[in-house]
Amino acid sequence: MSAITRDEVAHLARLSRLALHEDELDQLAAQLDEIISAVAKVQEVAQGDIPPTSHALPLTNVYRPDEDLPGLSPDQALAGAPAVEDQRFRVPQILGEDQ
Amino acid sequence: MSAAELLRKSAAELGGAVRAGETTAVEAATAYLDRIAEVDGDVRAYLHLDREAALAQAREVDERIAAGEDLGPLAGVPVAHKDVFTTVDMPTTAASKILSGWHPPYDATVTARLRQAGMVILGKTNMDEFAMGSSTENSAFGATRNPWDLDRIPGGSSGGSSAAVAAYEAPLATGTDTGGSIRQPAAVCGLVGAKPTYGGSSRYGLIAFASSLDTPGPIARTVLDAALLHEAFSGHDPRDSTSVDAPVPPVVEAARRADVAGLRVGVVRELGGEGYQPGVQQRFQESVELLESLGAKVVEVSCPSFDAALAAYYLIAPSECSSNLARFDAMRYGLRVGDDGSRSAEEVMSLTRAEGFGPEVKRRIMLGTYALSSGYYDAYYGSAQQVRTLIKRDFDAAFENVDVLVSPTTPTTAFPIGERTGDPMSMYLADLCTIPTNLAGNAALSVPCGLAPEDGLPVGLQIMAPALADDRTYRVGAAVEAALDERQGGPLLARGAFAV
Repeated sequence: MSAITRDEVAHLARLSRLALHEDELDQLAAQLDEIISAVAKVQEVAQGDIPPTSHALPLTNVYRPDEDLPGLSPDQALAGAPAVEDQRFRVPQILGEDQ
Repeated sequence: MSAAELLRKSAAELGGAVRAGETTAVEAATAYLDRIAEVDGDVRAYLHLDREAALAQAREVDERIAAGEDLGPLAGVPVAHKDVFTTVDMPTTAASKILSGWHPPYDATVTARLRQAGMVILGKTNMDEFAMGSSTENSAFGATRNPWDLDRIPGGSSGGSSAAVAAYEAPLATGTDTGGSIRQPAAVCGLVGAKPTYGGSSRYGLIAFASSLDTPGPIARTVLDAALLHEAFSGHDPRDSTSVDAPVPPVVEAARRADVAGLRVGVVRELGGEGYQPGVQQRFQESVELLESLGAKVVEVSCPSFDAALAAYYLIAPSECSSNLARFDAMRYGLRVGDDGSRSAEEVMSLTRAEGFGPEVKRRIMLGTYALSSGYYDAYYGSAQQVRTLIKRDFDAAFENVDVLVSPTTPTTAFPIGERTGDPMSMYLADLCTIPTNLAGNAALSVPCGLAPEDGLPVGLQIMAPALADDRTYRVGAAVEAALDERQGGPLLARGAFAV
């Protein structure tokens, strides 16, 4: 049995915001199937009540003094923008007609 | 001083010569820029070069030195900078089409510290797109070549950096290591590469791949040079909340000490055997015997969970990548495709990402999205995090009995360009030995340990130490380097095709 179907791959592409071509979906279905079957090995090893590690070293939240520091100017922040209008990022339509 | 003499100097010697007034930053930069012009058409290590801008940096460094400023041991030394660190005065692309031509509005902390140290940034080096790969073939701008054999890969993801240093196109280079991306390219190019303790070097301004793993580190021709660069850009950074607030381990002192008498060395049983190239095993075995002859106490150590490290990594790293790369949304910077007034923001986003990301990046985003999706999270990402705990426990148990662990850095020497591009799993195997250290966050270094007899290509010895004990990896690396240089009658790189 395959670990992942082509329909699931198409669903993942939508979740990932990737407008993939049909042939890319076919290729990815086969490759992801192989990779997922291989990495499923973790399930054999990780059993019982082993605590998860999300981060290698112990971390605590870090605070810094609330001081004014120089930041980017509007021109600097907008310098790499694909489209700019009135010192703002201009973006395509976000809401549909009925929203 | 002649150009060849300048190129042949180690970074430590070059910095010393600048300090002593025997040469200048401009003279050193000129020698390297000329060398790049001569050989980079074949090697293709650099993505961005600007001769006049580099010389302007060098002139400024010479002026600062003339004004009496003490810039430290690497002042006036050129450096090749991986194109994953932001630079205000140069484009930064992470070798992705989605960032083609992007000029960042700020410097990464590593970049800023190179400048503070008076180093001259020669250019930005090629890499696997967003640091995802082991061969630099995943660059959107073409593959880099291995200077030992131009038909082979220079390793990856920091392959432009390793190729530049191996071809004498830079005395030093920066890299980043998420699963082996410094140590593996260093090993297959006959260089020294170090992955510092996680948090030992700042991620501020480093374009993120997997935030719990990404670690900037040095690539160099000698252990001392790597230590000097490590010291120059490491240390606490308030701008990176995962930066460790502790002194930089004494790596330079350790590289100078180069003594392993009485040191307890553990050979990791799981990192060897079937699947490892015979010449790699042979050179590794000889370095273990060498360490013994230098007075180290060698024992075999078992780390059984390492067998599952690759699987855990290829769940954790893609999961973090799928989240990190969500920022490339075609709205604030980078590529935007299909914005013709008829499409929604979401459609433009999806078209841009499909057009701007290469196949490996897409594969990892999809894999990460899968591993994090509801219904699969516990079975994949959750289990991988448990394996991470087991790997940490294996390291902790091992370091109760030994001071460092050793293994080959890679299972094979540099493979031919194109050999593994069609088979992602075979490419992932290149990081088999390096990944456990990233998952546990401790320190490791790769040092050349000879050429494999069957193909004449470099082999790397990996030395692993506990977190914040980076100095031990340099101590062992320098001892191996000194003994092998003596045995071989000079450094390995002097026998490469691009020796000067």
